[in-house]
Amino acid sequence: MFSFCTDPSTLETAQWFACYLTTGKHQLFYWSFLTVLALLAITAPTALAFGFGGAIAARSNIPPVAWFGKGYIAIVRGVPDIAFFLFFVIALDQGFEWLRHQMLCPDWSEPIRQGNDFLVCPSAKLPLSNAPQWIHEVYGFFLAVLTFAIVFGAFAANVLFGAMRAIPRGQLEAAESYGMTPRQTFWRIIVPQMWVYALPGLSNLWMVLIKATPLLFLLGVEDIVYWARELGGTALERFSDYPHPDWRLWYFLALLIFYLAFTRVSEAVLRRINARLTRGQATIGGT
Amino acid sequence: MKLLIQSTAILALTAGAALAGSHAEVVRMGTEGAYAPWNFLDDNGEVAGFERELGDELCARAELTCEWVTNEWDSIIPNLVSGNYDTIIAGMSITDERDEVIDFTQAYTPPDPSAYLATSMDADITGGVVAAQTGTIQAGYLAEQGVTVLEFATPEDTIAAVRNGEADAVLADQSFLAPFAAENADLVMLEELVSLGGGVGMGVRESDGELKAKMDAAIQSMKDDGTLNELITKWEVSSTW
Repeated sequence: MFSFCTDPSTLETAQWFACYLTTGKHQLFYWSFLTVLALLAITAPTALAFGFGGAIAARSNIPPVAWFGKGYIAIVRGVPDIAFFLFFVIALDQGFEWLRHQMLCPDWSEPIRQGNDFLVCPSAKLPLSNAPQWIHEVYGFFLAVLTFAIVFGAFAANVLFGAMRAIPRGQLEAAESYGMTPRQTFWRIIVPQMWVYALPGLSNLWMVLIKATPLLFLLGVEDIVYWARELGGTALERFSDYPHPDWRLWYFLALLIFYLAFTRVSEAVLRRINARLTRGQATIGGT
Repeated sequence: MKLLIQSTAILALTAGAALAGSHAEVVRMGTEGAYAPWNFLDDNGEVAGFERELGDELCARAELTCEWVTNEWDSIIPNLVSGNYDTIIAGMSITDERDEVIDFTQAYTPPDPSAYLATSMDADITGGVVAAQTGTIQAGYLAEQGVTVLEFATPEDTIAAVRNGEADAVLADQSFLAPFAAENADLVMLEELVSLGGGVGMGVRESDGELKAKMDAAIQSMKDDGTLNELITKWEVSSTW
């Protein structure tokens, strides 16, 4: 990075750290913070959309749709996250590949499952095995977003389902007496007012989602915890220009500060949103 | 909701279609990246070490384009069989149990004894607690011996366990432990050695006979012209052929 970094073993402490903290490996560490933030920025609205869809499905008058919505909420909420992240992602990936295999290689005669091996035709591989590494990484990231969205969507669905039912009955009766159709009632009365009831539950989910990001590594995305462990581990003179003992404690402390600062900022933002949503509501908070 | 699922599915199905044009054969090499001198990440975050140089040379000889991928040791075999990469080149010893699930090329390093690393020469390795990495031949061996084993997901953790007194010693490949003993005054290698495993080979899917044959031939040619021995000596990973 800096011109004086050619021989780190001769440097003063300050310069040594300037060089050490700007190695290629550290830059990957810094990028991984952006990965985590990007994941949150994409996952949160997606999960909310899944939750909204799930809640609408669960309160549908058409039984199969309601079963689907309630089944989604019950099953995903009941499965331990770690099992979901280990099993579901491989299944999802293989599901996509199987679909592509059926579409792209109709003449393929060999079985897809051979013993332990899962083999689709080369053009059905996802991503293609000759795709550059960044495509593989983007695909891994996409799988991570989808998995997080499905898991957190189920919890959000339950929160929103409850929030929709918390709207005072009188509001709905008033809407009916104005001649609104159920659809109009839903979009004009229920949806604008449900957020104040949903917010405590949703803010919990957001906090949990922030802290769940280290699960990313289970999905093959190299996140901040992975790099902190990798960088903090003992660096021996033979294998690194910057030998140091086990510094993982310091790296994990840095992560602790990052997560604390992030949740702190989130709390402040959520408080403002809450104040905005309760304004004018017939609740204690909204007077 | 439905639209979202449909559009993500369509996205997934069409992704990569645009890239289907080139058909150069790429072999994805899976490694752990945390087991120096076999494989580790250098200061630039690139895979380096004995197996990096070996793998690149094997790919050159077999005329394949290779791409390096890192994966946790725990799930390195499941990800191979589900096709996320095509080889495991991660200091993996050839054993019968592993051979039931995947195939190995011929060994590229001869079987080498494993060693103990401890904080003092009189560490109790029979009655005490011994650390090992999960899913390694050393962990399997210790369990068979009836020793109290402490298993860790990464090699780094096994060393840390010895340092902070959680374990009396760690059992691992001699080549992995030696640099730690050499550079740290508080760590010593015990004299006792254990012979384990059938040498280190490259793991491939059982259905991937073609790749296995190519790699076998490349390894044989490196053995024949002595370049493999040079690499082994350079990185001090084992005895030579």
